[in-house]
Amino acid sequence: MPPNRIGSPSRRVEALSKLTGAARFVDDLGMEGMIHGITIRSPLPRGHLVGLHLDPSFDWSEVTVVGPSDIPGCNRVPLLDDDQPVLADGIVNHAEEPLLLLGHRDPAHLERARRAVRVEMLELPGVLTLRQALRNEAPEDPPVHPRGPLLKEITILKGDPGSQWGAADLVVEDEVETGAQEQLYIEPQGMMAWVQDGVVTVHGSLQCPFYVRRGLEVVLGLGPEKVRVIQAVTGGGFGGKEEYPTILAAHAALLALESGKPVKMIYDRAEDLAATTKRHPSLTRSRAAFSRQGTLLALDMELNLDAGAYTTLSPVVLSRAALHAPGPYRCQHTRVHGRAWATNTPPHGAFRGFGAPQGCFAIERLMDLAAARLGLDPAELRLRNLLRRGDTTATGQVMREEMDLHGLVELALAGSGYRRRRAEYEGANREAGPEDPRRGIGLAVFMHGAGFTGSGEVRLASRAGLELGAGGVVRILAASTEIGQGAATVLTQVACDALGAPAASIDVAVPDTSEVPDSGPTVASRTTMVVGSLVERAARGLREDLEREAGLAADADPEAVAEALRAMARGGPRRWMADYEHPEWVQWDEEAYVGDPYPTYAWAAYVAQVAVDPLTGETAVEDFLALQDAGTVVNPLLAEGQIEGGVAQGIGFALMEEVVWSGGRMANARLSNYVIPTAMDLPRIRVEFRETPAGYGPRGAKGMGELPLDGTAPAVLAALDQAMGTRLTRIPALPEQILPGLQAVRGPASRGGPGLQEVRGPASRGGPHA
Amino acid sequence: MPEPVAPVRLRMRVNGADHRLEAFPGERLLDVLRLLGMTGVKEGCGEGECGACGILMDGRLVNSCLVPAIQALGAEIVTIEGAATDPVLRQLQESFMERAGAQCGICTPGMVLAAGALLKRRRDPNEAEIRRALGGNLCRCTGYVKIIDSVLHAARRLNGAGEGHP
Repeated sequence: MPPNRIGSPSRRVEALSKLTGAARFVDDLGMEGMIHGITIRSPLPRGHLVGLHLDPSFDWSEVTVVGPSDIPGCNRVPLLDDDQPVLADGIVNHAEEPLLLLGHRDPAHLERARRAVRVEMLELPGVLTLRQALRNEAPEDPPVHPRGPLLKEITILKGDPGSQWGAADLVVEDEVETGAQEQLYIEPQGMMAWVQDGVVTVHGSLQCPFYVRRGLEVVLGLGPEKVRVIQAVTGGGFGGKEEYPTILAAHAALLALESGKPVKMIYDRAEDLAATTKRHPSLTRSRAAFSRQGTLLALDMELNLDAGAYTTLSPVVLSRAALHAPGPYRCQHTRVHGRAWATNTPPHGAFRGFGAPQGCFAIERLMDLAAARLGLDPAELRLRNLLRRGDTTATGQVMREEMDLHGLVELALAGSGYRRRRAEYEGANREAGPEDPRRGIGLAVFMHGAGFTGSGEVRLASRAGLELGAGGVVRILAASTEIGQGAATVLTQVACDALGAPAASIDVAVPDTSEVPDSGPTVASRTTMVVGSLVERAARGLREDLEREAGLAADADPEAVAEALRAMARGGPRRWMADYEHPEWVQWDEEAYVGDPYPTYAWAAYVAQVAVDPLTGETAVEDFLALQDAGTVVNPLLAEGQIEGGVAQGIGFALMEEVVWSGGRMANARLSNYVIPTAMDLPRIRVEFRETPAGYGPRGAKGMGELPLDGTAPAVLAALDQAMGTRLTRIPALPEQILPGLQAVRGPASRGGPGLQEVRGPASRGGPHA
Repeated sequence: MPEPVAPVRLRMRVNGADHRLEAFPGERLLDVLRLLGMTGVKEGCGEGECGACGILMDGRLVNSCLVPAIQALGAEIVTIEGAATDPVLRQLQESFMERAGAQCGICTPGMVLAAGALLKRRRDPNEAEIRRALGGNLCRCTGYVKIIDSVLHAARRLNGAGEGHP
C-alpha cells in the first residue's frame, strides 16, 4: 500500500515536534509585557456572596482586579442553557465557583494578592450527592436550580414492559453506581489572551475553537469578527477541554481587556482537579424479564446522572447515556427513563464516552446478573440476545448496516480463550488456598453511536475544505483539533487518499477561527467520520478539477499529482469546500425519542481477565482483549494506540479512579491520591479490528475514539464476578470493597454458581425502584 | 516578616552548554530550566507524581519539580532539547516516531528521558523492566503499549538489530 493512504500505519504528522520538545503548548508561550491571571474561588458549596474584601494593607496598585460588574457582555457561559455565570454574582452554587479574577506580572505577588482577598459568604443548604437529590432532599427556598432539581428528563419507550413482568420466567432487578472520573489530561487547562486593534484573541489548550469563540462573543458583547480563537498544541482533552476552556478563555480575555496587557492563565493540578468538570456520577436501577431459555423479554431502566450545579452539556450526556443503556440486545419491550439532577458540586461535563459508559455499565451488569440467575454462562446469554441486521432498537431504529455481532463475540471468545479459561478458573478458585489469587474472565458487548446525537449534526452544519496555495501545497481547513488522538494525521491520510497526492503536498491548518471554517467541535467520535467525509469530498472535487482542467490522468502517480498541483497553484490560491449533508435515511424525532439517533455504530466485544489477591483485595488485570468493528481503519497504528489508551482509562474507571467528595468538593485533588494507571498497573492491552465498511465515513470509516471507555469497566467487573464469586455493583471497585466481598463468600456453600451474592458499596442504600 | 532571601549564583551545564544564573533557594529546577528556554520540561503536577518534568541530572532521571535549582550546582543536565546529540536518546526519539509512542506529546519528553536512563544502564531490558522504569511517568493517551514498543524497538536498534516487530 502506498504510504499515507487510508489503511496505512503512517507516522503522526506532528511527531517530530513532539519528540524534540519543539511543540509549543500554551504554558510554553509568552508575550512582551504579559501578566499572569488567577481565579478567586468559592470556599463553600452554596451560599449568598456577601462581599469580596480586598485587604487595604496590601498594595493593589499594580494588580488587575476583575469582578462580575466588569463583564462588558452577558455574565453567562452560553451552552445548552444560559445558567452558568462566568463569575458568580449574588449566589454561589458550587465549591470552587469563580468569584473574582486577579492579574499581575509576578506570580509570587499574585499569590500574596490571593491571600489578601477575603470571601464573605452566607452559607445556604445545598444538595451534595446524587442520592440526596433522588431522595428529594434538595432545598426549595431558594431552589437549587431555577428549573428545579431536575435539569432534564428523557423517556425512551418501545412496546409495553409492564405487560411482561407477570408472565416471565425470571425477573431480575439491579442497582448500580458509577463514580465521577477525572479526564486527567497531563497538561492542565491553560489559556492566553490579548487585545490588539479591537480584536480579542485567545490561544490555548482546547478542543472546540468555535465553542470558545461563541462564548467570548456573548461574554464580551463582541461580534464574531472581533474575536479570534487559536488552538495551541494541546496535551490531551478527553472531553475535559470541550466546554470548560470557554470559561477560562472568558476569564483570560476579561483580564486582558481590563489590564490592556497579554494575559496567561495556567491552572495547577490541584485547581484543575478541584474546579473543572468530571464524568457524571450515575445511579441506575433496572429490571429485566427473561424466558427460561434466556430470551430478554422486557427491560426497564431508571438512569440518573449527577449534573452538578449548572446544566453545561448534561442533557446531551443524559441522552447518550439513555440511548446506549439498552445495549446491543434485541428486546421488544423497553423503557429507559433518564434524569439529570442538579446538585451543588462543580458541574460535571464531557468525558470520553459522554454518558455511554454509564448506560453500558448498567446493562452489562444486569446481563451478568441475569446469566447467574438463569444458570447460563454470561457469554451464552449475550449470544442469545444480540442484535442482528434488520432488528429494531429501543428507539425504533432499524439496523440497516451490515453487522455481525455474533461473529464478533465468537472471535473475542476464541481470541481470549474465554471458554477454556472460564472453566479452568471455576475449578482453580474452588481449590484455591486462602492466600492464592482468585482469577476470573469476563466479557462485555457494546456499541458506540458515532457523531452528534439525534439532529445534532444537522444543527452543527459543519464545513471543511482544502486550500491550494503556493508551491502546490494543499492545506486542510478544518476546526478539528489535534489533541493526541491523531486527527491531523488521519485527515491528512484522507486527503492524500482522495487526491492521490503524496503526504508532502498536504498540510493541516492550525485551528484558528480567523482561518478555518467551523467544522464543528472535536468531540463525539465525529472527526474521522464526519469531518473526514467533508475533507474527502473536497479532495475529490480538487482531484476532478485536476483531471478536467489540467488533464491529469486518472491513474497518475503521486508525483504527477504533486506536479499538477504545483502547476495549478501558479494560477493563485483556490479553495474546495464541502458542507455537511445529512443522509436522508437518518431520521430523528427529538420530542418522541424515536428514530435514528446515530447514522452508524461501532461494535465491540471486550474480554478482561483479572486476578484478585485475597489478602489485599488488589486486582490485577492480567489480560485484556479489545476487539472492535469501527468500519475501515484509517491508520491502524494510531487506532490501536487510541483504543489502548481508552482501555487504560476504562481500567482506571473500573478499579482505581475515585473522586472522594467531602462537603461538595473533591477531597483528593492531587495526583498522589487521585490515582490513574501507570505502566505497572496495566497488561499489554491487545487490540484487534474487524473492518466492515460503513456507508458513511471516508471509505467506510466510523468513529471509534470513545468506544473503549464504554465496555472496559463492565468487562473488568464481569471478570471480578468470577474471581470473587460475588458481584460488585459500584465502580471504582477499590480493594476496600473487594476485600469484604471476598470474605463474605468464603463459606463453601455460597461460592459462585447461580444467584451470585451481592455486595454493594458502602454508600448504597435502598432497593431497586425505591 | 522573614528576611528576604538572597539569590544564589549557580553554574550548570545544560545540554552541553554552560549557564551561569541566579536562583533563589526555594526555586525549582523545573522553573529555572524553562526560563532558560528548555520548555520541553513540562509541569504536570508539581509534586513528583507524573514525571512530565523528568530530566537527566548527572545521568540520573529526576523530577525537576522536586529538585531545588541550587542542588543542580555544577550538574550536567540533559533535557529533551539536548536529546539529538546523545545516541541513545536520539534512537528513542526515532523509535517513538516510528512506533507511535507519542500521542498528545505532553508526557513524551519525560518518557523519552526515563527510557533513556533505563537503556543507558540496561542494554536489553524486557517488558517488565521497562514498565518498572517508566512507572513514574504518567501517560493518559496511550495505555503505554506503544511507548513500551518504542523502547523495545530502540533497544533492538541500539544493539545492532535490524527492522523487526518488537
